[in-house]
Formats: sequence, C-alpha cells, structure tokens
Amino acid sequence: MFRIIHSETLAEKIHLFRIEAPAIARKAQAGQFVVIRIDERGERIPLTLADWDGKGGNVTLVFMEVGATTFRLALLKVGDSLADLVGPLGVPTHIERFGTVVCVAGGVGAAPIAPIARALKEKGNKIITILGARSKNLLFWEDKLRNVSHQLIVTTDDGTYGRKGVVTEPLKDLLSGGEKVDLVIAIGPSIMMKFCSLTTKPFGVKTIVSLNPIMVDGTGMCGCCRVSVGGVTRFACVDGPDFDGHQVDWDLLLARQRTYLSQEKRSFEHWQAKIGKCS
Amino acid sequence: MAKVNLNREPMAKQDPKTRGKNFNEVALGYSAEQAKAEASRCLQCPKHPCTEGCPVEIDIPGFIKAVLDDDMPEAVRILKDKNSLPGICGRVCPQETQCEQACSLAKKGAPIAIGRLERYVADWERANKGALNPKTTLPKPTGKKVAVVGSGPAGLVAAADLAKLGHNVTLFEALHVAGGVLMYGIPEFRLPKEIVQAEVAYVSNLGVRIELDSVVGKAVTLDELLARGYDAIFLGTGAGAPMFMNIPGENLNGIYSANEFLTRVNLMKAYKFPEYDTPVVVGKRVAVIGGGNVAMDSARCALRLGADEVYIIYRRSEAEMPARREEVENAKEEGIEFKLLTNPKRYIGNDSGWVVGIECYEMGLGEPDESGRRRPIVKEGSEFILEVDMVVAALGTRPNPLIAQTTPDLKTTRQGTVVADEVTGKTTKDKVWAGGDIVTGAATVISAMGAGRRAATDIDIYLKNHS
Repeated sequence: MFRIIHSETLAEKIHLFRIEAPAIARKAQAGQFVVIRIDERGERIPLTLADWDGKGGNVTLVFMEVGATTFRLALLKVGDSLADLVGPLGVPTHIERFGTVVCVAGGVGAAPIAPIARALKEKGNKIITILGARSKNLLFWEDKLRNVSHQLIVTTDDGTYGRKGVVTEPLKDLLSGGEKVDLVIAIGPSIMMKFCSLTTKPFGVKTIVSLNPIMVDGTGMCGCCRVSVGGVTRFACVDGPDFDGHQVDWDLLLARQRTYLSQEKRSFEHWQAKIGKCS
Repeated sequence: MAKVNLNREPMAKQDPKTRGKNFNEVALGYSAEQAKAEASRCLQCPKHPCTEGCPVEIDIPGFIKAVLDDDMPEAVRILKDKNSLPGICGRVCPQETQCEQACSLAKKGAPIAIGRLERYVADWERANKGALNPKTTLPKPTGKKVAVVGSGPAGLVAAADLAKLGHNVTLFEALHVAGGVLMYGIPEFRLPKEIVQAEVAYVSNLGVRIELDSVVGKAVTLDELLARGYDAIFLGTGAGAPMFMNIPGENLNGIYSANEFLTRVNLMKAYKFPEYDTPVVVGKRVAVIGGGNVAMDSARCALRLGADEVYIIYRRSEAEMPARREEVENAKEEGIEFKLLTNPKRYIGNDSGWVVGIECYEMGLGEPDESGRRRPIVKEGSEFILEVDMVVAALGTRPNPLIAQTTPDLKTTRQGTVVADEVTGKTTKDKVWAGGDIVTGAATVISAMGAGRRAATDIDIYLKNHS
C-alpha cells in the first residue's frame, strides 16, 4: 500500500498528494510517470511525476478532477493509501545543454514541467517558461516555476491574471522577436500541445511534447496508448511519453482519447450517486 | 488382462446458449463417481508412456490409482510432488498433444482423460483444504537468495521449486496481482481467477515473498538485484508485448490488441463496469483476427459482453489453426462464425475515427512454410468488405523489451527472446536464468512450467556448488 503523507489543493479541482513510494522515488527522473490504482475496483491511470524525494522516499503527484477516478482520488486524505503505485515508467526527458529552452505549460501541465525545467536549468540552459490556464483560479505553481526559470510569462484565456490569451501567443512572440530558441517543451492538454507544435513548426524549432493517451498497464503490454509519430506506430508508455511534436498525428491522438467518453460519464455518475448515498 | 474400456467419461459443460451470456466456468468437472469410473479405465501400464508425455513428469498412473483407491490425500501428494499448479494445468494444458496422446489407449481413440482427473484432484484439494492441508515440510534454509521475475506459470513454478529446496525466494510482478497471463489473459470462464489465486497462495505459503507493482528493468535492474545480494535470478517475464499487422487504419477506435481487450475484461473486470471502474467498448459485430487460443478467448469474451455477431478471421484453413481443438469446438457451439482463408487488407473508419469495416482478401494455401503449415497466399482481386464495429487483433505476442534494454550483457535474438540453454535455461549473463515464453516466444502454460522447473533444478545445483 502507498500511503498519502501530504495533501494540498493547489487550485480549483486541482490537488497535490505526496505519497510514500521509496523504490520509485529512488529511481525517478524528469518526464517519467507512474500508474496508480485507488483500490480493488479502480482503473489504472497514468500520472506524470510532479516531484520526488529519493531520501524521503516519496513522490509528488498533481491531478485535476475530470472523471470518476480523479473524483474518487480527491476524496482521499492524509493517512489513506492507494492500492497500487507503479513506476517510474516511460523514457525520461532528454536533458542536455541545448541553449535556450522555452517550457510551455498548459493547465495541470505546470506540474510535470517543473522538474523538467529544473533539470534543464541545472544543466546550464536558459529557461523561459510560459504558464497558461483558462482562468486565474486554475493557476498554480507560479512561484515554483519562477524559481526554475530565467523568465516567466503567465497567461489566462479570460485575462483574469497575467497576459490575456492562450500560450501560443507569447510563444509566437518569442520565436519571432529575435530570441534564439533552441528547444521548446510543451506539456498540457493535447489540443494545447498540438497548437504549440503548429506554432513552432514554421520557425523550425524542435518541439518536444509529453503525450497523454489512455493507458492500462503502462509497461508495453496492451498497446492502448499507441500513437502515430512520423507515420510509425509507437507505444507512448515505453517509447515515450516524450515525442517530437512536429511528427505526432494529433487528430489520431485526440480521437483515441475520446474512446470512452460515454463510459467515463456513466462511471462518474455511478460514483457520484454512490458516494452521495453514503454521506 | 481385464477388458479394455473405451468409453471415455464425458465431462458436463454449461449449455452453449446459457454460457454465452455469463462468465462462469464452461466445463463443470467430474463428480466423484465419474472420476472413479474414468480412473478405473487406466491400464496402469508398466512403462508409463503418459509420464514421458508430461513436460513436468507427473506420476500419472500413480495419482490415478490413488483416485481409484479413494485415497485422495495421496492423489494430491503425488500430483503436487511434480506440479505446484494442478488446478490450472487440469484446465488449460493441451493434454491431447501431451500425456493423453502418449496414453496406451490413445491408439484406440479413447485415452484416459488425464486432464479431467488432474482437475478433479486439484478441485478436491481446494474444497477440502481445512480438513487436509498437506503441509510440505521445507528443508533447513540454505541462506541463498533468489529473485524470480514474473509471476506467470514459469515464475510460479520456479519460485515454488526453489522454496521447496530451502532457498529464500522473492517473486517480482509488474502488475497488481500475481499470476501473469493466467490472470490477465485466460478468461474466467476457462480458468476461474479464484483457482489461480489459490495456487498463488500455495506458492506464497511455501515462504515465497511476492512483490507486486514492481517493474524489473525500470524500478530496479538485474544488476541492482545482484548488487542487493541476490545469488541468482530467474526471468520468467513471458511474451507480453502485442504484435500488429501494420496495415492502414489499425489505430482506429474500436480496434484492440487481444492483450488490451483481455486485460480490460479479465484483469480489470470490465465485464462488471461500472461497479469496476475500467470500461471496455464492445461492438455488435466483432471481428477477431487470428486462429490461436487467444483469438478463441477474445471471441468468446466479446460474445459474453453482448456482441450479436462474432467472427474469427484466419488466413489459413481450420486444419492449420493453432488453437486447441476443444476451444474451437466450444467457440463454434457458442455461435462464433469462422471466416477462414481470409485476411485483413486495411481497416475502414468513419469521420469520428471509429472502425466501421475491414477490407479483406480471400486467401489460398501454398506449399508448407518453415512452421510446417501450408503458406497462405493472397488471391489478387478477391477483396471484399466486412462491416464490423469492433476488432480484436490476436496476432501473437513477443517478449517485453524492458529488461533487455537495461541489461546490456543479456543476449537476445532478433525476435527479442532471451538466449538461454534449452535444458537448464542458463542465459549469457552470470547468475541469470530464463524460461518460458521469454525464451521460446509465445507457447503453452505447461511448457513454461517445465522450463521453470528445469531452471530451478539448475539454479539449485549452482547455488550448492557456490556456497
């Protein structure tokens, strides 16, 4: 069992758990993920690591309540345990001295991008981070990202905080404004990563994205997470999750992410009714 | 010599109509009377050809005689002496090509139903556990530590054998339950998960420590295990990576690998959705591509989940099908439709990315290929479209590369299998053995168990010589 030792609500429906998992904390690297299962009836879902502490023997996960599993997860408290926590999975993000790296985080993507920006900064890269959310109440980790960046730009879609608009706007400004950008890393919803990739493509700047297809085992066994990159089928769980955004078949990814929309709704209603009855 | 009885005792099965709508076990097992009647047919040949036909060399006439003599504890003891997982083997072993094929009565078309008797003895033991509990006396601990990686058939047997020899065994499993393919692959209606877990519990009671959720190759490498003081490692990680055909449209929604479909249904219990959280989409017209046992399992699962029509699409003819005869018959009885000498050319999708059809070729058969089966040949211009709304690709599996990727001195073949001695399972890496599908590619439960047993014997010799 994997005990929750710290819990925080970072923004509206966005939560942080620190969980005891010494074996995973010892080996984790930026860009890797874990698969969790809440209990005997739970499904297996992947979550990218937001942080880890090898000495303390714990990992940090950040998630947003979007469906049945994350709704159930949000009800857990310090002292509760997850039935399963498996990892670290996936290929770590490639870290080297590139020069100037723009890290673009959309929504909950702020969490997984933080350790990547930190690792890149430690390697001597200049880090410019763009942090975007729909609205002010969904923003988190501005301070944390500022600490691992040389420059931080914050956007909200509705203009309630920072620059009004979406993340691709300051991204385009940076690329066309004379700043020599060597690499862009974008993490967030698929649609945001798609448009970041489309934005950087005319500038010929390599763009790494962290894909988030549906997974089951997360170890290369089922093929649920298959994505098409450069016309070749890859498994995001073992070949990724990082891929070249210019090569990704985004429409395929977006379609596959919608596979279980109606079941997800049904499952959510099932648990809401069930938990409603208990309380 | 007593008159030879050629009336093989039949085993009752659930009616095809009823069972097509539930996940309960199809075969119902022998009653005590039936078991004794079948046991009484055994000639007790002095030469035991059946034992020679068994990959783990069970004293088959011995346990059958004990059944006949009403000495069930003795029957259990004899079985478990060679086979730690009799409830599983009695259900999924292809006895017709092993012990039963070697039986002296096979020539007369009525071999002893050894598998059914094995199953009867295993089920009797499970039902009478409290009364009997035949404690295996373990020898004095040797102080040697062995890591067994993968808790499928090969790993379970290797772990049990090594524990019985007094070694300190830790069994590492990547998934959240032990059993490997017995849990995620083979469906409940063919192998109830309760039986697998009872046999896992037996292995655990021998003192084997089971570490779930542990992905060796990721969380810990083989070299790190050796550095932590393990004296030997057995790799039984199977062939868990699904293969696809790489034809257009294969990534459309509604197209599953058999591994994914069966994992959702068996391991994650998607058939109980939404009580269990994992969903599965099941179409009304389902095509399963392939002719092996996994294809039969997938087709029969789809039927039970409510599909109206389920097709098996296989590129050769029924004679070349690798599935067990019995499973093909079961599938046919349940109404699965066989489209033989047919192969997909491409998948057709709709605007929202869901599969709506398969363009297929008709196939002919040429000369036998290296597998000894007649080679399938495309009939040009024979294309036709089969409308379906779900596909399961049961095209075989290959070993998962995670361990090989992080173990540079472990030699593998181009197919990704680990190079190991055929008899002992010793790999090219010091202190590391391997057996089962990871060495042979996808094969049977019992051959994996045999490899686990032989490797355990060799590891024991090695540990005794290095103390």
